[in-house]
Amino acid sequence: MNLNATLIAQLVVFFILGWFTMKYVWPPLMKALDERAAKIAEGLAAADKAKTDLALAEKRAVEELRKAREEAAAMRSNAEQQAAKLIEEARVEASQIINRAQRAAEEEARASVQRVLQELREEVARLALVGAEQILRREIDAKAHAELIQRLKEELK
Amino acid sequence: MAASGQGPTASEYVIHHLTHLNTLGHPQESLVDFSVLHLDTFFFATGLGMLTVWLLYRAARHATSGVPGRFQNFVEMLVELVNEQAKGIIHNPESRKFVAPLALTVFVWIFWMNFMDLLPVDLLPRIWEGIYVAAGGDPHHAYLRVVPTADLNATLGMSIAVLLISLYYNLKIKGVGGWVHELFTAPFGSHPLLYPVNFAMQIIEYIAKTVSHGMRLFGNLYAGELIFILIAMLGGTATVFGFLGHVIAGSIWAIFHILIIVLQAFIFMMLTLVYIGQAHESH
Repeated sequence: MNLNATLIAQLVVFFILGWFTMKYVWPPLMKALDERAAKIAEGLAAADKAKTDLALAEKRAVEELRKAREEAAAMRSNAEQQAAKLIEEARVEASQIINRAQRAAEEEARASVQRVLQELREEVARLALVGAEQILRREIDAKAHAELIQRLKEELK
Repeated sequence: MAASGQGPTASEYVIHHLTHLNTLGHPQESLVDFSVLHLDTFFFATGLGMLTVWLLYRAARHATSGVPGRFQNFVEMLVELVNEQAKGIIHNPESRKFVAPLALTVFVWIFWMNFMDLLPVDLLPRIWEGIYVAAGGDPHHAYLRVVPTADLNATLGMSIAVLLISLYYNLKIKGVGGWVHELFTAPFGSHPLLYPVNFAMQIIEYIAKTVSHGMRLFGNLYAGELIFILIAMLGGTATVFGFLGHVIAGSIWAIFHILIIVLQAFIFMMLTLVYIGQAHESH
Protein backbone atom coordinates (compact mmCIF):
# COMPACT_ATOMS: atom_id res chain seq x y z
CA MET A 1 0.00 0.00 0.00
CA ASN A 2 1.48 3.25 -1.09
CA LEU A 3 0.16 6.73 -0.72
CA ASN A 4 0.71 9.13 -3.55
CA ALA A 5 -0.77 11.89 -5.68
CA THR A 6 -3.73 9.68 -6.57
CA LEU A 7 -5.15 10.76 -3.23
CA ILE A 8 -5.07 14.42 -4.23
CA ALA A 9 -6.50 13.63 -7.64
CA GLN A 10 -9.35 11.67 -6.10
CA LEU A 11 -10.02 14.53 -3.68
CA VAL A 12 -10.23 17.03 -6.50
CA VAL A 13 -12.46 14.75 -8.61
CA PHE A 14 -14.67 14.28 -5.56
CA PHE A 15 -15.24 18.02 -5.29
CA ILE A 16 -15.79 18.46 -9.01
CA LEU A 17 -18.40 15.70 -9.13
CA GLY A 18 -20.12 17.04 -6.03
CA TRP A 19 -20.18 20.53 -7.50
CA PHE A 20 -21.54 19.26 -10.81
CA THR A 21 -24.33 17.35 -9.11
CA MET A 22 -25.20 20.32 -6.94
CA LYS A 23 -25.30 22.62 -9.95
CA TYR A 24 -26.87 20.56 -12.72
CA VAL A 25 -28.45 17.41 -11.30
CA TRP A 26 -30.05 18.15 -7.96
CA PRO A 27 -32.09 21.32 -8.64
CA PRO A 28 -34.01 20.09 -11.74
CA LEU A 29 -34.71 16.74 -10.11
CA MET A 30 -35.97 18.32 -6.91
CA LYS A 31 -38.03 20.77 -8.92
CA ALA A 32 -39.62 17.96 -10.91
CA LEU A 33 -40.30 15.98 -7.75
CA ASP A 34 -41.88 18.95 -5.99
CA GLU A 35 -43.95 19.80 -9.05
CA ARG A 36 -45.15 16.22 -9.35
CA ALA A 37 -46.05 16.13 -5.68
CA ALA A 38 -48.04 19.32 -6.13
CA LYS A 39 -49.74 17.87 -9.21
CA ILE A 40 -50.67 14.71 -7.40
CA ALA A 41 -52.03 16.71 -4.48
CA GLU A 42 -54.08 18.76 -6.94
CA GLY A 43 -55.36 15.63 -8.61
CA LEU A 44 -56.38 14.11 -5.31
CA ALA A 45 -58.15 17.29 -4.29
CA ALA A 46 -59.96 17.38 -7.63
CA ALA A 47 -61.01 13.76 -7.22
CA ASP A 48 -62.36 14.53 -3.75
CA LYS A 49 -64.27 17.51 -5.07
CA ALA A 50 -65.69 15.45 -7.92
CA LYS A 51 -66.84 12.85 -5.42
CA THR A 52 -68.68 15.39 -3.28
CA ASP A 53 -70.11 16.98 -6.42
CA LEU A 54 -71.36 13.62 -7.55
CA ALA A 55 -72.97 12.94 -4.19
CA LEU A 56 -74.61 16.33 -4.31
CA ALA A 57 -75.91 15.77 -7.83
CA GLU A 58 -77.25 12.38 -6.85
CA LYS A 59 -79.08 13.90 -3.93
CA ARG A 60 -80.51 16.58 -6.17
CA ALA A 61 -81.62 14.00 -8.73
CA VAL A 62 -83.41 11.99 -6.05
CA GLU A 63 -85.07 15.18 -4.82
CA GLU A 64 -86.19 16.10 -8.35
CA LEU A 65 -87.54 12.61 -8.93
CA ARG A 66 -89.51 12.76 -5.72
CA LYS A 67 -90.93 16.16 -6.65
CA ALA A 68 -91.91 14.98 -10.13
CA ARG A 69 -93.63 11.94 -8.67
CA GLU A 70 -95.56 14.09 -6.23
CA GLU A 71 -96.58 16.45 -8.99
CA ALA A 72 -97.79 13.60 -11.16
CA ALA A 73 -99.81 12.20 -8.28
CA ALA A 74 -101.35 15.62 -7.62
CA MET A 75 -102.21 16.01 -11.29
CA ARG A 76 -103.83 12.61 -11.40
CA SER A 77 -106.07 13.23 -8.39
CA ASN A 78 -106.93 16.63 -9.83
CA ALA A 79 -107.96 15.06 -13.10
CA GLU A 80 -110.02 12.46 -11.31
CA GLN A 81 -111.84 15.14 -9.38
CA GLN A 82 -112.42 17.10 -12.54
CA ALA A 83 -113.80 14.04 -14.32
CA ALA A 84 -116.12 13.26 -11.41
CA LYS A 85 -117.37 16.81 -11.49
CA LEU A 86 -117.99 16.68 -15.24
CA ILE A 87 -119.91 13.43 -14.91
CA GLU A 88 -122.01 14.90 -12.11
CA GLU A 89 -122.79 17.99 -14.17
CA ALA A 90 -123.72 15.88 -17.18
CA ARG A 91 -126.01 13.76 -15.03
CA VAL A 92 -127.80 16.85 -13.66
CA GLU A 93 -128.20 18.35 -17.12
CA ALA A 94 -129.50 15.10 -18.54
CA SER A 95 -132.13 14.80 -15.82
CA GLN A 96 -133.18 18.39 -16.46
CA ILE A 97 -133.54 17.68 -20.17
CA ILE A 98 -135.58 14.57 -19.44
CA ASN A 99 -137.85 16.50 -17.06
CA ARG A 100 -138.36 19.25 -19.54
CA ALA A 101 -139.15 16.77 -22.32
CA GLN A 102 -141.58 14.97 -20.02
CA ARG A 103 -143.35 18.17 -19.15
CA ALA A 104 -143.59 19.20 -22.82
CA ALA A 105 -144.99 15.81 -23.75
CA GLU A 106 -147.61 15.99 -20.98
CA GLU A 107 -148.65 19.45 -22.10
CA GLU A 108 -148.86 18.30 -25.65
CA ALA A 109 -151.00 15.39 -24.63
CA ARG A 110 -153.24 17.62 -22.58
CA ALA A 111 -153.64 20.08 -25.48
CA SER A 112 -154.52 17.24 -27.88
CA VAL A 113 -157.12 15.96 -25.50
CA GLN A 114 -158.65 19.47 -25.27
CA ARG A 115 -158.63 19.84 -29.03
CA VAL A 116 -160.20 16.44 -29.57
CA LEU A 117 -162.82 17.25 -26.94
CA GLN A 118 -163.56 20.57 -28.67
CA GLU A 119 -163.95 18.87 -32.03
CA LEU A 120 -166.10 16.20 -30.47
CA ARG A 121 -168.35 18.88 -28.92
CA GLU A 122 -168.74 20.74 -32.21
CA GLU A 123 -169.49 17.49 -33.96
CA VAL A 124 -172.00 16.55 -31.39
CA ALA A 125 -173.55 20.03 -31.61
CA ARG A 126 -173.67 19.80 -35.43
CA LEU A 127 -175.10 16.29 -35.27
CA ALA A 128 -177.67 17.46 -32.80
CA LEU A 129 -178.49 20.38 -34.99
CA VAL A 130 -178.71 18.12 -38.06
CA GLY A 131 -180.87 15.73 -36.14
CA ALA A 132 -183.13 18.49 -34.90
CA GLU A 133 -183.30 20.00 -38.38
CA GLN A 134 -184.36 16.70 -39.82
CA ILE A 135 -186.90 16.32 -37.13
CA LEU A 136 -188.25 19.81 -37.43
CA ARG A 137 -187.57 20.33 -41.14
CA ARG A 138 -188.09 23.84 -42.22
CA GLU A 139 -189.59 24.72 -38.94
CA ILE A 140 -186.34 25.86 -37.60
CA ASP A 141 -184.59 28.83 -38.97
CA ALA A 142 -180.83 28.47 -38.49
CA LYS A 143 -180.53 32.16 -38.11
CA ALA A 144 -183.47 32.54 -35.74
CA HIS A 145 -182.28 29.69 -33.66
CA ALA A 146 -178.55 30.44 -33.70
CA GLU A 147 -178.77 31.69 -30.14
CA LEU A 148 -180.38 28.48 -29.04
CA ILE A 149 -177.77 26.39 -30.80
CA GLN A 150 -175.05 28.49 -29.35
CA ARG A 151 -176.42 27.92 -25.86
CA LEU A 152 -176.64 24.26 -26.51
CA LYS A 153 -173.04 24.23 -27.63
CA GLU A 154 -172.07 26.05 -24.47
CA GLU A 155 -173.88 23.52 -22.32
CA LEU A 156 -172.13 20.67 -24.07
CA LYS A 157 -168.83 21.98 -23.12
CA MET B 1 -3.92 -18.73 -15.42
CA ALA B 2 -2.70 -22.19 -16.12
CA ALA B 3 -0.18 -23.52 -13.66
CA SER B 4 1.90 -24.84 -16.52
CA GLY B 5 5.55 -24.19 -17.38
CA GLN B 6 6.07 -20.50 -17.97
CA GLY B 7 2.92 -19.32 -16.10
CA PRO B 8 3.32 -17.23 -13.00
CA THR B 9 3.33 -18.79 -9.56
CA ALA B 10 0.40 -18.20 -7.28
CA SER B 11 2.13 -15.44 -5.36
CA GLU B 12 3.35 -13.82 -8.56
CA TYR B 13 -0.19 -13.89 -9.91
CA VAL B 14 -1.62 -12.29 -6.76
CA ILE B 15 1.09 -9.64 -6.54
CA HIS B 16 0.73 -8.85 -10.22
CA HIS B 17 -2.98 -8.31 -9.69
CA LEU B 18 -2.43 -6.10 -6.67
CA THR B 19 0.10 -3.81 -8.31
CA HIS B 20 -1.08 -0.50 -9.68
CA LEU B 21 -0.33 0.94 -13.06
CA ASN B 22 1.45 4.13 -12.05
CA THR B 23 3.47 6.91 -13.57
CA LEU B 24 6.71 5.21 -12.53
CA GLY B 25 6.24 2.15 -14.74
CA HIS B 26 7.33 -0.11 -11.87
CA PRO B 27 5.88 -0.72 -8.42
CA GLN B 28 6.25 2.20 -6.03
CA GLU B 29 8.85 1.41 -3.38
CA SER B 30 8.52 4.23 -0.87
CA LEU B 31 5.43 4.27 1.30
CA VAL B 32 4.49 7.85 0.53
CA ASP B 33 5.49 9.61 -2.66
CA PHE B 34 3.35 12.43 -3.96
CA SER B 35 5.14 12.57 -7.28
CA VAL B 36 3.52 9.27 -8.29
CA LEU B 37 0.02 8.84 -9.67
CA HIS B 38 -1.92 5.61 -9.97
CA LEU B 39 -3.05 5.86 -13.57
CA ASP B 40 -5.47 2.95 -13.32
CA THR B 41 -7.22 4.23 -10.22
CA PHE B 42 -7.35 7.74 -11.62
CA PHE B 43 -8.67 6.55 -14.98
CA PHE B 44 -11.38 4.28 -13.60
CA ALA B 45 -12.40 6.59 -10.76
CA THR B 46 -12.68 9.60 -13.03
CA GLY B 47 -14.35 7.63 -15.80
CA LEU B 48 -16.90 6.11 -13.44
CA GLY B 49 -17.38 9.52 -11.84
CA MET B 50 -18.19 10.93 -15.24
CA LEU B 51 -20.53 8.00 -15.92
CA THR B 52 -22.23 8.72 -12.61
CA VAL B 53 -22.84 12.39 -13.23
CA TRP B 54 -23.78 11.71 -16.85
CA LEU B 55 -26.46 9.24 -15.75
CA LEU B 56 -27.73 11.62 -13.10
CA TYR B 57 -27.57 14.54 -15.49
CA ARG B 58 -29.54 12.62 -18.09
CA ALA B 59 -32.27 11.93 -15.55
CA ALA B 60 -32.20 15.56 -14.42
CA ARG B 61 -32.39 16.92 -17.96
CA HIS B 62 -35.45 14.84 -18.81
CA ALA B 63 -37.06 15.37 -15.43
CA THR B 64 -40.61 16.63 -15.72
CA SER B 65 -43.50 16.62 -13.33
CA GLY B 66 -45.29 14.20 -15.66
CA VAL B 67 -45.32 10.43 -15.50
CA PRO B 68 -41.69 9.31 -15.10
CA GLY B 69 -40.06 6.54 -17.10
CA ARG B 70 -38.37 3.63 -15.37
CA PHE B 71 -34.91 5.16 -15.40
CA GLN B 72 -36.11 8.53 -14.22
CA ASN B 73 -38.20 6.85 -11.57
CA PHE B 74 -35.18 4.94 -10.32
CA VAL B 75 -33.00 8.04 -10.16
CA GLU B 76 -35.78 9.90 -8.41
CA MET B 77 -36.06 7.11 -5.87
CA LEU B 78 -32.33 7.43 -5.18
CA VAL B 79 -32.66 11.18 -4.89
CA GLU B 80 -35.56 10.81 -2.47
CA LEU B 81 -33.64 8.25 -0.43
CA VAL B 82 -30.58 10.49 -0.13
CA ASN B 83 -32.69 13.58 0.45
CA GLU B 84 -34.60 11.93 3.28
CA GLN B 85 -31.36 10.81 4.93
CA ALA B 86 -29.83 14.26 4.49
CA LYS B 87 -32.92 15.92 5.96
CA GLY B 88 -32.77 13.65 8.99
CA ILE B 89 -29.10 14.31 9.67
CA ILE B 90 -28.41 17.87 8.55
CA HIS B 91 -31.01 20.32 9.75
CA ASN B 92 -29.59 23.32 7.93
CA PRO B 93 -31.38 23.65 4.55
CA GLU B 94 -28.66 25.96 3.22
CA SER B 95 -25.97 23.32 3.84
CA ARG B 96 -28.18 20.61 2.36
CA LYS B 97 -28.11 22.39 -0.99
CA PHE B 98 -24.52 21.24 -1.34
CA VAL B 99 -24.29 18.25 0.98
CA ALA B 100 -27.34 16.32 -0.27
CA PRO B 101 -26.27 16.34 -3.95
CA LEU B 102 -22.75 15.49 -2.84
CA ALA B 103 -24.07 12.52 -0.89
CA LEU B 104 -26.03 11.36 -3.92
CA THR B 105 -22.95 11.55 -6.13
CA VAL B 106 -20.85 9.79 -3.51
CA PHE B 107 -23.37 6.98 -3.23
CA VAL B 108 -23.73 6.36 -6.96
CA TRP B 109 -20.07 6.93 -7.72
CA ILE B 110 -18.82 4.58 -5.02
CA PHE B 111 -21.38 2.02 -6.13
CA TRP B 112 -19.92 2.06 -9.64
CA MET B 113 -16.35 1.93 -8.35
CA ASN B 114 -17.28 -1.03 -6.14
CA PHE B 115 -19.17 -2.59 -9.01
CA MET B 116 -15.90 -2.99 -10.92
CA ASP B 117 -15.17 -5.76 -8.43
CA LEU B 118 -17.91 -7.88 -9.99
CA LEU B 119 -16.20 -7.93 -13.37
CA PRO B 120 -14.10 -11.06 -13.86
CA VAL B 121 -10.78 -10.34 -12.19
CA ASP B 122 -8.74 -11.14 -15.27
CA LEU B 123 -10.98 -9.54 -17.89
CA LEU B 124 -9.74 -5.96 -18.02
CA PRO B 125 -6.14 -6.76 -16.94
CA ARG B 126 -5.91 -9.32 -19.78
CA ILE B 127 -7.21 -6.82 -22.34
CA TRP B 128 -4.76 -4.25 -21.00
CA GLU B 129 -1.92 -6.78 -21.21
CA GLY B 130 -2.80 -7.33 -24.86
CA ILE B 131 -2.72 -3.61 -25.57
CA TYR B 132 0.46 -3.11 -23.54
CA VAL B 133 2.30 -5.90 -25.31
CA ALA B 134 1.02 -4.76 -28.68
CA ALA B 135 2.48 -1.34 -27.83
CA GLY B 136 5.83 -3.08 -27.25
CA GLY B 137 5.69 -3.35 -23.46
CA ASP B 138 6.83 -6.11 -21.17
CA PRO B 139 3.80 -8.25 -20.17
CA HIS B 140 5.22 -8.53 -16.65
CA HIS B 141 4.83 -4.80 -16.27
CA ALA B 142 1.27 -4.66 -17.64
CA TYR B 143 -0.22 -3.81 -14.26
CA LEU B 144 -3.87 -2.86 -13.95
CA ARG B 145 -6.21 -2.66 -11.01
CA VAL B 146 -9.78 -1.90 -11.97
CA VAL B 147 -11.42 -1.30 -8.58
CA PRO B 148 -10.62 2.28 -7.57
CA THR B 149 -12.11 1.83 -4.10
CA ALA B 150 -9.66 -0.98 -3.44
CA ASP B 151 -6.95 1.67 -3.61
CA LEU B 152 -6.32 3.41 -0.30
CA ASN B 153 -5.49 6.62 -2.13
CA ALA B 154 -8.98 6.87 -3.57
CA THR B 155 -10.84 6.14 -0.36
CA LEU B 156 -8.61 8.33 1.80
CA GLY B 157 -8.83 11.05 -0.83
CA MET B 158 -12.58 11.01 -0.48
CA SER B 159 -12.58 10.79 3.30
CA ILE B 160 -10.14 13.70 3.51
CA ALA B 161 -12.43 15.64 1.19
CA VAL B 162 -15.25 14.94 3.66
CA LEU B 163 -12.97 16.12 6.47
CA LEU B 164 -12.29 19.37 4.61
CA ILE B 165 -16.01 19.91 4.07
CA SER B 166 -16.75 19.27 7.72
CA LEU B 167 -14.00 21.73 8.76
CA TYR B 168 -15.49 24.28 6.38
CA TYR B 169 -18.96 23.89 7.91
CA ASN B 170 -17.50 24.01 11.43
CA LEU B 171 -16.06 27.41 10.60
CA LYS B 172 -19.13 28.57 8.70
CA ILE B 173 -21.70 27.57 11.29
CA LYS B 174 -19.85 28.24 14.52
CA GLY B 175 -17.45 30.94 13.41
CA VAL B 176 -13.73 30.88 14.11
CA GLY B 177 -14.20 31.77 17.76
CA GLY B 178 -16.99 29.29 18.32
CA TRP B 179 -15.13 26.45 16.73
CA VAL B 180 -11.85 27.15 18.56
CA HIS B 181 -13.85 27.35 21.77
CA GLU B 182 -15.38 23.99 21.01
CA LEU B 183 -11.97 22.48 20.18
CA PHE B 184 -10.72 23.33 23.65
CA THR B 185 -13.81 22.88 25.79
CA ALA B 186 -15.49 19.80 24.35
CA PRO B 187 -15.95 16.99 25.20
CA PHE B 188 -14.83 17.24 28.88
CA GLY B 189 -15.82 20.78 29.79
CA SER B 190 -14.52 24.30 30.12
CA HIS B 191 -11.57 24.37 32.53
CA PRO B 192 -8.05 25.58 31.72
CA LEU B 193 -6.62 22.30 32.94
CA LEU B 194 -8.86 20.39 30.55
CA TYR B 195 -7.99 22.47 27.46
CA PRO B 196 -5.07 20.29 26.30
CA VAL B 197 -6.98 17.09 26.95
CA ASN B 198 -10.00 18.34 25.07
CA PHE B 199 -7.90 19.56 22.16
CA ALA B 200 -6.04 16.27 21.94
CA MET B 201 -9.32 14.37 21.99
CA GLN B 202 -10.73 16.55 19.23
CA ILE B 203 -7.66 16.02 17.02
CA ILE B 204 -7.75 12.28 17.62
CA GLU B 205 -11.45 12.25 16.84
CA TYR B 206 -11.00 14.02 13.52
CA ILE B 207 -8.11 11.77 12.51
CA ALA B 208 -9.94 8.63 13.62
CA LYS B 209 -13.08 9.59 11.79
CA THR B 210 -11.28 10.36 8.58
CA VAL B 211 -8.98 7.35 8.60
CA SER B 212 -11.71 4.90 9.55
CA HIS B 213 -14.01 6.43 6.95
CA GLY B 214 -11.52 5.80 4.18
CA MET B 215 -10.13 2.54 5.58
CA ARG B 216 -13.54 0.90 5.99
CA LEU B 217 -14.39 1.19 2.31
CA PHE B 218 -10.87 0.32 1.23
CA GLY B 219 -10.68 -2.71 3.52
CA ASN B 220 -13.95 -4.18 2.36
CA LEU B 221 -13.21 -3.78 -1.31
CA TYR B 222 -9.58 -4.80 -1.05
CA ALA B 223 -10.56 -7.97 0.76
CA GLY B 224 -13.31 -8.63 -1.75
CA GLU B 225 -10.96 -8.20 -4.64
CA LEU B 226 -8.38 -10.47 -3.03
CA ILE B 227 -10.96 -13.19 -2.55
CA PHE B 228 -12.02 -12.93 -6.18
CA ILE B 229 -8.35 -13.33 -7.12
CA LEU B 230 -8.00 -16.39 -4.90
CA ILE B 231 -11.18 -17.90 -6.34
CA ALA B 232 -9.85 -17.26 -9.84
CA MET B 233 -6.75 -19.22 -8.89
CA LEU B 234 -8.96 -22.20 -8.07
CA GLY B 235 -10.17 -22.17 -11.65
CA GLY B 236 -6.61 -21.61 -12.71
CA THR B 237 -5.64 -25.05 -11.52
CA ALA B 238 -7.57 -26.41 -14.52
CA THR B 239 -8.81 -29.43 -12.57
CA VAL B 240 -12.40 -30.58 -12.10
CA PHE B 241 -12.22 -29.67 -8.44
CA GLY B 242 -10.78 -26.29 -9.26
CA PHE B 243 -13.38 -25.64 -11.93
CA LEU B 244 -16.30 -26.59 -9.71
CA GLY B 245 -14.77 -24.69 -6.81
CA HIS B 246 -14.36 -21.64 -8.97
CA VAL B 247 -17.94 -21.78 -10.20
CA ILE B 248 -19.51 -22.42 -6.79
CA ALA B 249 -17.30 -20.18 -4.67
CA GLY B 250 -17.25 -17.50 -7.35
CA SER B 251 -21.04 -17.46 -7.58
CA ILE B 252 -21.53 -17.34 -3.84
CA TRP B 253 -18.96 -14.63 -3.31
CA ALA B 254 -20.22 -12.55 -6.23
CA ILE B 255 -23.81 -12.72 -5.00
CA PHE B 256 -22.68 -11.81 -1.50
CA HIS B 257 -20.57 -9.04 -2.95
CA ILE B 258 -23.60 -7.46 -4.60
CA LEU B 259 -24.78 -6.73 -1.07
CA ILE B 260 -21.35 -5.53 0.05
CA ILE B 261 -20.82 -3.04 -2.75
CA VAL B 262 -24.20 -1.39 -2.24
CA LEU B 263 -23.89 -1.51 1.53
CA GLN B 264 -20.40 -0.02 1.54
CA ALA B 265 -21.45 2.75 -0.83
CA PHE B 266 -24.43 3.47 1.42
CA ILE B 267 -22.29 3.43 4.57
CA PHE B 268 -19.78 5.81 3.05
CA MET B 269 -22.59 8.16 2.06
CA MET B 270 -24.24 7.97 5.48
CA LEU B 271 -20.96 8.65 7.28
CA THR B 272 -20.32 11.58 4.96
CA LEU B 273 -23.66 13.00 6.02
CA VAL B 274 -23.08 12.20 9.68
CA TYR B 275 -19.62 13.78 9.82
CA ILE B 276 -20.79 16.90 8.03
CA GLY B 277 -23.88 16.91 10.23
CA GLN B 278 -21.66 16.84 13.34
CA ALA B 279 -20.02 20.02 12.12
CA HIS B 280 -23.43 21.68 12.46
CA GLU B 281 -23.96 20.65 16.07
CA SER B 282 -22.35 22.51 18.89
CA HIS B 283 -21.34 20.54 21.93
